[in-house]
Amino acid sequence: MDWRRFSFIALIIATLFGIVVSIGHEQTSPAIIITSMLATTIAVATPLTLGALSGVYCERAGVVNIGIEGMMLSGAFFGWLAAIYMNSVFNFSTMPSLLIGVLAAMLAGGAFGWLHALLSVTFKVDQIIGGTVINMLAIGITGFLNRQLFFEKGSIFGGQVPHAPGVLPRIQLPILADIPVVGRVFDQQPIAITAILLVFLTHYILFFTRWGLRTRAVGEHPRAADTVGINVRKVRYANVIIGGLMAGLGGAYFTLESVPSFEPLMTNGRGFIALAAMIFGNWTPIGSWAAALIFGAAQAMQINLQFFREMIPAQWAFLQQSYIVGLAPYILTMIILTGIIGKNVPPAADGLPYEK
Amino acid sequence: MTATVLQAKGITKEFPGVLANDHVDFDLREGEIHALLGENGAGKSTLMNIIYGLYNQDEGEIIINGQPSNITTPNDAIEYGIGMVHQHFMLIPVFRVTENIMLGAETLHRDKNRTPPFWKRGIFEWVRQLDFLERRAVTKKVSELSHQYGLDIDPDAIVGDLPVGVQQRVEIIKALYRNAKILILDEPSAVLTPQEVEDLFRIMRELTSRGVSIIFITHKLKEVLAVADRITVMRAGKVVDTVIPEESNEQKLASLMVGRDVLLKVDKKTAHPKGDVLTVSDLRVVDHRKLDVVRGVSFNVRRGEILGIAGVQGNGQTELIEALTGLRPTRSGKVILAGKDVTGKPPRVVTEAGLGHIPEDRQRHGLVLSYPITDNIMLCTYYLPPFAKGFTIQQKAVDEVTRQLIKAFDVRTPSPFVITSKLSGGNQQKVIVARELSRPVNLLIANQPTRGLDVGSIEYIHKEIIAMRDRGVGVLLVSAELDEILSLSDRIAVIYRGEIVTTVDAKDATREQLGLWMAGAKPESA
Repeated sequence: MDWRRFSFIALIIATLFGIVVSIGHEQTSPAIIITSMLATTIAVATPLTLGALSGVYCERAGVVNIGIEGMMLSGAFFGWLAAIYMNSVFNFSTMPSLLIGVLAAMLAGGAFGWLHALLSVTFKVDQIIGGTVINMLAIGITGFLNRQLFFEKGSIFGGQVPHAPGVLPRIQLPILADIPVVGRVFDQQPIAITAILLVFLTHYILFFTRWGLRTRAVGEHPRAADTVGINVRKVRYANVIIGGLMAGLGGAYFTLESVPSFEPLMTNGRGFIALAAMIFGNWTPIGSWAAALIFGAAQAMQINLQFFREMIPAQWAFLQQSYIVGLAPYILTMIILTGIIGKNVPPAADGLPYEK
Repeated sequence: MTATVLQAKGITKEFPGVLANDHVDFDLREGEIHALLGENGAGKSTLMNIIYGLYNQDEGEIIINGQPSNITTPNDAIEYGIGMVHQHFMLIPVFRVTENIMLGAETLHRDKNRTPPFWKRGIFEWVRQLDFLERRAVTKKVSELSHQYGLDIDPDAIVGDLPVGVQQRVEIIKALYRNAKILILDEPSAVLTPQEVEDLFRIMRELTSRGVSIIFITHKLKEVLAVADRITVMRAGKVVDTVIPEESNEQKLASLMVGRDVLLKVDKKTAHPKGDVLTVSDLRVVDHRKLDVVRGVSFNVRRGEILGIAGVQGNGQTELIEALTGLRPTRSGKVILAGKDVTGKPPRVVTEAGLGHIPEDRQRHGLVLSYPITDNIMLCTYYLPPFAKGFTIQQKAVDEVTRQLIKAFDVRTPSPFVITSKLSGGNQQKVIVARELSRPVNLLIANQPTRGLDVGSIEYIHKEIIAMRDRGVGVLLVSAELDEILSLSDRIAVIYRGEIVTTVDAKDATREQLGLWMAGAKPESA
């Protein structure tokens, strides 16, 4: 365990929380501020966590994935499309529509994962180019279909966006959700909870199972894996597709859990921040999650500061400008990627096609 | 007569442009060490890769324990009880010893239960991928094997932290863990120190005494004679002969390998040195950690002589040579090359003062591996005629010069435009030698010029170095091989912890005495 890294993360999150509490404590009680910020932090971190897990699966198997953004975007669109279609065309009720939507989102991400595997494993295309292709393709496809299906005359939905089935409801975990202040952490929507469960499941898979051992071997030294009879191609395909499923689920968060609508380009660079979180997390699931929480906390600070705008002291006036605070996650990304907090060690064969 | 455990019959394998194995016959008896000897590119590794299932033969068959086999993947080979220790280890540095050993042959936690529950059977078998890995059993078995064969391995160590010799033992255990009865060792001694080689031989004998049969691939003659029960020599894809060590010697084996008589002893006349070409006085150099690694070294090299620097690796030789060639700053001292002060001057100035440099690591510092031969040939003097005219490269001239040099220096390549990384080590080294020796040089610095090369190439490079000396060039030779130092040098300087212990005439030097000085003994009289 990299305690230095985790204490650094804890310190940053505490600082971000501390700024808001110190500004707003006269108007609102610290407990309420912390509760609200915790909820936002976890919610905002959800797509980042899933995106980072997508990266962990791919890159641990030796395939660089900068297509997370595109995989998420397509997940967001196709998940939303499926949910609306089920709801308005087949008259499914809300919950089944939404669940089918989640499934569709994962499948869309998985399909792009398969495409990425095809490009980088079978055709040995440069993996950065492959990822860029995925990002561009996803922007194109979702933007085009969005217009064709919803806004063109004579399209399926007759030029009108149908009423969306809403978003996935919150699930209160019994007992845990009743704890004061931090209880809000256990009162989340399903994708957020799934994301956290997946972090620990991935940790277990990666470090304690045969699948994980082989995946890591293929990402570190594919030839060595080959000589002991492991099918490098298969392992890479499987992991990149799983990575796609994760990113697709992360995309579902945007349209099925956060807001019940789709806008072109709505992932807005989260895929790349997820990638940064994965790197800062040193290619480990738990580390990536912790890093994703930093970005979540930065976002939570920005949102909460808006409530306490008038109370910001004069010497901190710059915090009144929401666009400056809004830059916080991106500035944090840059600081973190400079590697000032310990060296990041990527898998040795990350990004290298395997030549037999 | 003991049973034959493995027999290869008429194995033929063709790669584009090369017939790597041409109807090769080979057999291995139970409990023997059978050496497979040959120069680089003779087809030894191809044959072994076929036996191990990494390549598939075009013709021929492999018979194991009297039964024809069908090996197409390494998995099949493992099934037949064949294990291979590759020249470049197939170990994952960041993994633990146990993880490396179990990889591909993992035990799962619930393997104890005879039948898995219904939800892990049939089409759901993949669920077992998520079962807990059983490590304790592996650790125990590794300890047992390690103890049994005297291998002395800590199962929980991270492989990357282990010395190379120990990593090799991990590879051997990896094969034994898979119940290998036939062990292929591909150039196992290439990366080892002399002590580690002794250990390896002890382990090999221990293995054969317990019924393991070993195929030992190498091009080192001494080792073959020391350890093998039988020796098969390959040349250009064919088996030349199979002999037993008692009836052979180094000279005979070398001739079989190369296909003509080889001079193992270098043939040279007495040197007639004239005037200093290089004078180094009180040179001090620090390494990347800012530690003193060359501490006040003074020596001189005269025209027409070879000064050999003997020393165990890591006693400052690398930094000394880097400082002399302008690749590393000096802290103090003076370097005079052909009457010109080149202390701390950039490499181009040193080169233009007449330095030829054969660097220690040919792949990293000697060549741009991704360039064709032509570009590597002009690398030092691309800006001078005939290679350049003003700002433009004269490609025709470059091609012409390269063709001449390829011929003159016997570089084996289909064309001058072959990418250098595709050449064998010996031919890569010849490209460097061609580049450095074809210029008018006053001083040649040769750092480990024959490391990892086969007999034929070594002979060739030694001859070239002697020829340079006879033409009146000063030669500074650095080598970890005492044999090379002794046979080439006219004078020998011994370096220990960054200081020259003593300089002696090669005529008066003995192996034993040099060995003592290299280990830090002080010479009796100054």
